[in-house]
Amino acid sequence: MTRLNVLKTYKLYINGAFPRTESGRSMKVPAAKGAEVLAHICQGSRKDMRNAVEAARAAQPKWAGRTAYNRAQIMYRMAEMLEGKRDEFAEALKHSTGNTIAATRKEVDASIDRLVCFAGWADKYAQMLGCNNAVAGPYYNFTVPEPTGVIVVVCPDEPALLGLVSLLAPPMCAGNAVVVIASEKYSLPAAVFGEVCATSDVPAGVVNIITGKRAELLEHIANHRNVHAISAANMNKRDRATLRMGAAENVKRVSVIKRSADAWFDVDACESPWTIEPFVEMKTIWHPSAT
Amino acid sequence: MMQHTVNAVMADERAASFTRRSIKTDSKMQGLRLALSMVDLTTLEGKDSPEKVRSLCRKAIQPYDGQIDPPLPSVAAVCVYPSLVSVARKALAGSNVKVASVATGFPSGQFPLDVRLRDVAEAVEAGADEIDMVINRGAFLAGRIGEVRDEIVQVKQACGQAHLKIILETGELETYDNVRRASDLAIEAAASTGELRGGEVFIKTSTGKVQPAATMPVTLIMLEAIRDHYLVTGVRIGMKPAGGIRHAKQALHYLVMVKETVGDAWLTPELFRFGASSLTNDLLRQIVKTTTGRYSAAYDFSEA
Amino acid sequence: MDTSAESRTQSTLINGEAESASEPVQWEYSPAPERAAVEIADRYDLFINGKFTAPKSRKHFATINPATEQVICEVAEAGKADVTAAVAAAKAAQPKWARLKPQERAKYMYRIARRIQERARELAIIESTDGGKPIRESRDVDVPLAAQHFFYHAGWCDKLRYAFPGAGRDPKPVGVCGQIIPWNFPLLMAAWKIAPALACGNTCVLKPAETTPLTALRLAEILEEVELPAGVVNIITGGPESGRALVEHNDVKKIAFTGSTEVGKLLAKMVADTDKRITLELGGKSPNIIFADASIDQAVEGIISGIYFNQGHVCCAGSRLLVEEGAVDIVVDKLTHRLQSLRVGDPLDKNTDIGAINSKAQLSTIHKYLEAGRNEGAALHEVNGQPLPRKGYWCRPCFFTGVQPSHVVAREEIFGPVLAVMSFRTPEEALERANNTPYGLAAGVWTDKGSKIFEIARRLDAGVVWCNTYNKFDAASPFGGFKESGFGREGGLQGLRAYLEL
Repeated sequence: MTRLNVLKTYKLYINGAFPRTESGRSMKVPAAKGAEVLAHICQGSRKDMRNAVEAARAAQPKWAGRTAYNRAQIMYRMAEMLEGKRDEFAEALKHSTGNTIAATRKEVDASIDRLVCFAGWADKYAQMLGCNNAVAGPYYNFTVPEPTGVIVVVCPDEPALLGLVSLLAPPMCAGNAVVVIASEKYSLPAAVFGEVCATSDVPAGVVNIITGKRAELLEHIANHRNVHAISAANMNKRDRATLRMGAAENVKRVSVIKRSADAWFDVDACESPWTIEPFVEMKTIWHPSAT
Repeated sequence: MMQHTVNAVMADERAASFTRRSIKTDSKMQGLRLALSMVDLTTLEGKDSPEKVRSLCRKAIQPYDGQIDPPLPSVAAVCVYPSLVSVARKALAGSNVKVASVATGFPSGQFPLDVRLRDVAEAVEAGADEIDMVINRGAFLAGRIGEVRDEIVQVKQACGQAHLKIILETGELETYDNVRRASDLAIEAAASTGELRGGEVFIKTSTGKVQPAATMPVTLIMLEAIRDHYLVTGVRIGMKPAGGIRHAKQALHYLVMVKETVGDAWLTPELFRFGASSLTNDLLRQIVKTTTGRYSAAYDFSEA
Repeated sequence: MDTSAESRTQSTLINGEAESASEPVQWEYSPAPERAAVEIADRYDLFINGKFTAPKSRKHFATINPATEQVICEVAEAGKADVTAAVAAAKAAQPKWARLKPQERAKYMYRIARRIQERARELAIIESTDGGKPIRESRDVDVPLAAQHFFYHAGWCDKLRYAFPGAGRDPKPVGVCGQIIPWNFPLLMAAWKIAPALACGNTCVLKPAETTPLTALRLAEILEEVELPAGVVNIITGGPESGRALVEHNDVKKIAFTGSTEVGKLLAKMVADTDKRITLELGGKSPNIIFADASIDQAVEGIISGIYFNQGHVCCAGSRLLVEEGAVDIVVDKLTHRLQSLRVGDPLDKNTDIGAINSKAQLSTIHKYLEAGRNEGAALHEVNGQPLPRKGYWCRPCFFTGVQPSHVVAREEIFGPVLAVMSFRTPEEALERANNTPYGLAAGVWTDKGSKIFEIARRLDAGVVWCNTYNKFDAASPFGGFKESGFGREGGLQGLRAYLEL
């Protein structure tokens, strides 16, 4: 008698826990080849989004208040845990996308390296983006980057994992809390990525991952007043306009980049401290200088 | 005693703002006359002679020999060493010009306390209306605050009916925090001797022997201490910036500062003085110019 | 404070009877009006392609002196065709301007800075006449800072490749910039907008505010004088419709807007489905936090310059005063005293501290808030008894106590000389109250304790934090907000970012 496989239930990742969607809905994840269904995952709802944003909102000040060294170590830990799940991710990517195992391994490796890179940026980016200002008066004046707050990351479809990591890591290393809206097309890697966060000492709420239908969530992301910035990639013009229209309501920062599937492997473009800049606010501090 | 700190950059900025008031026409004339009435004409040289003091007294009573209508006021006081108090007292008889004397081992203050107290007593006995004392800066900067306070108390007691001006020698105190602390200390010490009448006690910036002497920010900080004391007790302490105020325009800036910091009530020689002899002739020059429309020559005015 | 002093009101400090022999004087400052004659034409046209050009719209509108309610002159109202002409001129001029040797570009800008300095007095007079701000401020703040902005940014022209290391070795200009500026600092805001744009090789179409167009038009004269190439800067006057046409024009690649949050949000929506860049510098309700251990006399000066500077028509005004409970009484007493020495009146008088409210509309907005504050139960302190001129738009500096954080006067931007005073007990409470606003433009914190300064400054949601000072500005210091106070910075290194394609 053959053994019956235990199938994994993929859930959302919100506030350090793995809840099912409050809506009770699920979506099929089709296999790249054949009619097979790879898995069922949660079809996250507006309310799941709201819960995730609330968790992020609560977690963000504490995350920003940790030392940069501590944030760096936690992000390095994420890289370590991702390394441990290297094969699982490569398989998940392969079955979802139909790419060769060599290609998906390459993507997983690049994702691990990207996390290592931004772990390193955590205690350095401020030195790149901030400065001292020579004002015409007896004042000490300097500009420092501060985290923007709660960032919603809208992932590109390809590369599903590397895209997610590349959009997540820059705001995260700078002390923002992030709500990730997974790629709708290839959502499996995002669903597994929650496990990486959960086992890496990432404080609850700092990273939250929602799987679901992008069209359903987009407007709510844009309108949500507790979201301070949105980072998206490869978005069509209509979706981009939807985001920006909603974002205007509370003057959200919206960053929409265009990047081909290959370009995500370009270290120069993807690992520059300037990828962090859209998710920090420049704060300029004045103080008189005198005895 | 509550410790007040001073934000130096903001204090400088506020002090500078008074210099940007524009004092014109009637207001200028009134200010110049007022400033003249607040001057303490001073001579504190080793070579001071009775003759020089008499000449100064004459200048004090009648600062200008020309015709000005209405007549100009006398200056507030003549300030001399204790040994010349009796000369000044005689020369000023019948006028409302006060005799002030620097006692207490002026300007260093580096004499034994009993010598300084005797100095005060003798000046008062010789007819001084006002005594200018210097605080013990060494003790102050070393943190021996009680010692400074005790000396002030004793000098105040030695003054009897004479008014007391307490010189902080702010140029040696260096920081505004120290100026504020010394101001509070001096006022509090003097006030501890009994209920003070308005103008019975002054605080004063400098002896004139140490640079920097009076500056606008230092005077502002002292005025703020005076204001805070008034708000708590209702007693008006006087203020005397001394040294470095040479021009009529500067004097007007100081008056603006007094008006806006402690109020019009202080715009009287009873509560505000200028320790600035050379200021007198510049005030006169401006008054004459404003009255006649002509600029005068230096020799149009007698030496101060 | 000793209770025995309670009966002694602040006004006796100012006007009280001295117990002295000689009578205290009442020394009043005589009027000291700025008398230099400045020529203002009856009518101004649009500055397009290096020339003053009659508007195709054939419309002009009056600009009013808010201190006298008299018409100063008429300015053109740019219609859609005029906007098109201005944008076309800017577009045509842009490639050549960008190709100009950077140091040559810089020299034009240095020239502009110098001419502003040389014509400072005239510019200050016009600014105060057109906008109502005291000459003391236009002379000592607006005009010198405007010159500094050109001077500072001129120096960047040939150094742009060092500005953002690793981001672009060869940064490119964005193109034609459409810039819309408010009425509170007309010349200074023009400088804030134009200087970085030009330094980065862009060309501009600038629209000054409807009620304060005159100094921008003087600036146009200066641009002519320094022989700035035609079309590099175009200045068009007009109202909201002119602004809309500018924002909607396809050839405008970047919008820079300073003004109300309401309009800022509208503009953000207008460009939502385009590739236009946008930076917004919007409103604020900035907290000014005073701890009991601060240097109180100087903190009071900070309150004064925080809220009463430019009649409170300042986006970063410290309009919410948060005072540690133990210091509230003394701060309110000293503030009351200080307010009495503020002189309200003729903007051209050199002794005026508070000038005219910029417009009738703004005055009625302020009155609406005063009314709302009273209705919600806050106590209004109108302690400045200066007589007001009969004509013109005036509001004496004032403050509310007994304000709850939920009150309208504690939440909404009033843009007038009206302060809301509230208290707090702990630093945590101060921070919570300070940050509990959709805005995040500026904040002030006053304490003598260094470690407290750093912690509070770090945790305030504000683009500019003034510690033991307030309302300081400098061309080298980036300015701009968090949250709904906008995005993008102006001034300093970071201010270049929005004008470059990296």
